[in-house]
Amino acid sequence: MKLELRGITKRFGALVANENINITVEAGEIRSLLGENGAGKSTLMNVLYGLYQADEGQILLDGKVQNFKGPGDAMAAGIGMVHQHFMLIPVFTVAENVVLGNEPTNKIGALNLDEARKRVREISDRFGFNVDPDALVADLPVGVQQRVEIIKALSRNAQVLVLDEPTAVLTPQETDELMQIMRELAKNGTSIIFITHKLREVQAVADRITVIRLGKVVGEAKPTDSAETLATMMVGREVDLQVDKDAHKDGAVVLSVDSISVLDDRQQRAVDNVSFEVRAGEVLAIAGVQGNGQTELAEALLGLRPTTKGSGSIKLGDVNLIGHTVRRRLEEGIGYIPEDRKKDGLVAQFSIAENFMLNGSYSEPFAKGLNIDFAKRSEVSAKLIEDFDIRTPSAETLVGNLSGGNQQKVVVARELRRDVKLLIAAQPTRGVDVGSIEFIHERIIAERDDGRAIVLISTELDEVTALADRIAVMYRGRIVGVVDSSATREQLGKLMAGITE
Amino acid sequence: MSNPISKEVTETKSESLLREIMSGTPLRIALSAVLAFMVGAIFMAAFNQDVVDSYATFGSDPMYTLQTAWDTIVNGYTSLITGSIFNPNGGDAVSMFRPITETLRLGAPLILAGLGISLGFRVGLFNVGGTGQILMSLLGVTWVSTRLSMPFGIHLIVALLVGVALAAAWGGLVGLLKARTGAHEVIVTIMLNYVALYLYTWFLRQPNLLLEHGGGGTPKSDPPAVTAQLPGILGPSFNLHIGILIAFAAVVVYWWLMERSTIGFRFKMVGSNFHAAKAAGINIERTYIWALAVSAAFVGLAGVNQGLGQSGGLTASINGNIGFDAITVALLGGSRARGVLIAGLLFGAFKAGGPSMQLVGVSPEILGVVQALLVLFVAAPPLVRAIFRLPKKEVK
Repeated sequence: MKLELRGITKRFGALVANENINITVEAGEIRSLLGENGAGKSTLMNVLYGLYQADEGQILLDGKVQNFKGPGDAMAAGIGMVHQHFMLIPVFTVAENVVLGNEPTNKIGALNLDEARKRVREISDRFGFNVDPDALVADLPVGVQQRVEIIKALSRNAQVLVLDEPTAVLTPQETDELMQIMRELAKNGTSIIFITHKLREVQAVADRITVIRLGKVVGEAKPTDSAETLATMMVGREVDLQVDKDAHKDGAVVLSVDSISVLDDRQQRAVDNVSFEVRAGEVLAIAGVQGNGQTELAEALLGLRPTTKGSGSIKLGDVNLIGHTVRRRLEEGIGYIPEDRKKDGLVAQFSIAENFMLNGSYSEPFAKGLNIDFAKRSEVSAKLIEDFDIRTPSAETLVGNLSGGNQQKVVVARELRRDVKLLIAAQPTRGVDVGSIEFIHERIIAERDDGRAIVLISTELDEVTALADRIAVMYRGRIVGVVDSSATREQLGKLMAGITE
Repeated sequence: MSNPISKEVTETKSESLLREIMSGTPLRIALSAVLAFMVGAIFMAAFNQDVVDSYATFGSDPMYTLQTAWDTIVNGYTSLITGSIFNPNGGDAVSMFRPITETLRLGAPLILAGLGISLGFRVGLFNVGGTGQILMSLLGVTWVSTRLSMPFGIHLIVALLVGVALAAAWGGLVGLLKARTGAHEVIVTIMLNYVALYLYTWFLRQPNLLLEHGGGGTPKSDPPAVTAQLPGILGPSFNLHIGILIAFAAVVVYWWLMERSTIGFRFKMVGSNFHAAKAAGINIERTYIWALAVSAAFVGLAGVNQGLGQSGGLTASINGNIGFDAITVALLGGSRARGVLIAGLLFGAFKAGGPSMQLVGVSPEILGVVQALLVLFVAAPPLVRAIFRLPKKEVK
């Protein structure tokens, strides 16, 4: 099916999220929508899927103007969407999930599960998905869950399939498999819109590339164009994906973690007998696919989550931190950039100045006795805003009104203001624009060069290889290998999939 | 990601609803008040006896019915004003100015308790236990003021401190249960309201505890000792006592605590995003305990005001439903110091003006309706927006 978006404009108040966007996707084509976070890709797709109504412009399918009032209309017209976060019910089987909302019934209205299984098998066989219709979704690996989402869309005769950042949660191997599936689908005539900000994937699978920046189409590109060309189009200027850094100098051991285990919220062992050391002036990256215990490890280091009884020790210098409160650990010299800044790092309805004060409300310069020292706070805030290049009208602006990159810089500024011995940076550049990524990376390296120990937790291989001096790879709660920064992408990919040979 | 730059930081639906309720803009609150008084006017006109009588002649003389209805409304609201602010027909100065002093006197406990409930809101806690906390405060106040004898001034201060301490402990207990067991504060405070009610009543029944000397069947205490009563401030012609000054002082303390101090900063941090507060090293459990204790301490001051602000014997009914009225005061006042002050005085005016409305044939329950509607409109922003076609802020 041929999809045409003509002059789509979508505004939110004064903000123009999409401006006069024209895209045509031919039947059987894989079209990549490339753009930074916040460029307006998802808004555009939500317009296509009927979740938002466009202020101007038209959507055409095979030349016919469509008028979607909601996702139901879009689905009926043949548009399928696989969201970044899966919309599956874990305790249902694959077949049940696939027919949910569109259940085949027999004469008396009871659910016809055989029919559901048949549908799953049919699609699965046709495209080589290899999915068992009777498996519980909760038991399936993430990559297979994603295939279930695709089956769900296809079973409703989707002829235009939108994949929104589909590789964010996949291992490199699973990503390869997904690309295989995309090619297979396209060969059978399905049009695919593949949304991503990862250049490598675009180059590997797209037929044509549309680059979006600040809500506008800035151009089309070919997959054969170099990564630098694509990145430049995406951010509108030359981008240096490499971080310049000198070889690190080995300092004293700052953090020494000795055989700790940590339980997750479901009381499952998320971190399993993990040990490692980080020295002053060194960046240790903890790589791995999301959900392999990195989050729990970071929380245990800060004291947000207890280590299990009989666990070993977490030593900062000579001090064993086990049993210390979060506040004490912060005072003992830990800086913490949480992976989810919206949840753990910031208070959205507080001002920038107030957010600088979050973990500093007990002492100078923010407190004077029981009073907030407003004068000093403004002074410190102004300096941090300048030093960290936070783009804001004033220090009193609410953090919730800042862009992702600027929000993250608020967190980074707050943590680096304090003279920490150890910086735990979890996903420090997630959902951040390229300019801010560069800035944050440089700051992290600067801290390293200043003799701080850095634990970088990241699922982005580019980030890991750009920053790390050593890389520890986590898989299912264990560190399956520690390699130095010269390790190849393939080596890391294998470790991330748990293959140690 | 759906809405690129604007809403980067997400929040749950209930959080954003609570925040919207809290962030009542003056315009919206004013419109809500207009709306509430309009609906009140309809009730007034529709059920006034004269108006009902005029229905019989509606066919022949509809203007008479409308005129009667209009007069009823004008009379009703006029008498509300003359009963609560200034009475130009009072004759002497005392009668002319008494209404405003009554408003202040009756507003004081609402302000005090309203501040307490507001503090809870700011920490993300819904303290529905105002009644219980006032009763516990009264228990202490009654004991000290009727069973102990002390010099003038000291007696009052001791009674006040004991009352506030008991209330704070009662609130802190809720915080402790929440922190230790995860029990929801709404359930616990409601239940503790009953416990406090029966405990106080039981104390009032025991001759060796609080029962009045020579008293019998009814649970009632002696009048508070004169040395412990809140002294009047405008002389014997007025009932106004220093309770209102305590309320004004409490407003200032609350403002300092919530807007100027690091304690309030941490309270608000926990109330706005307790995940971030945790990661910033705040002890959430301890914050809940302290916040509920301080919240209850403010509420306890309302109990002190009730117990020592009059000269008769005390019964459990002296709590006067202030614990619940305070919730509406806090909501209307947006949990801010100034807002609570204004809302408390407004509701005080309702209480002061009610009787004079009754004199012109309007039942004072109408004011209860207005009060409830006011809160309903303030708490239902989309409704008011729809009625007045105010734009919704899509992007902050």
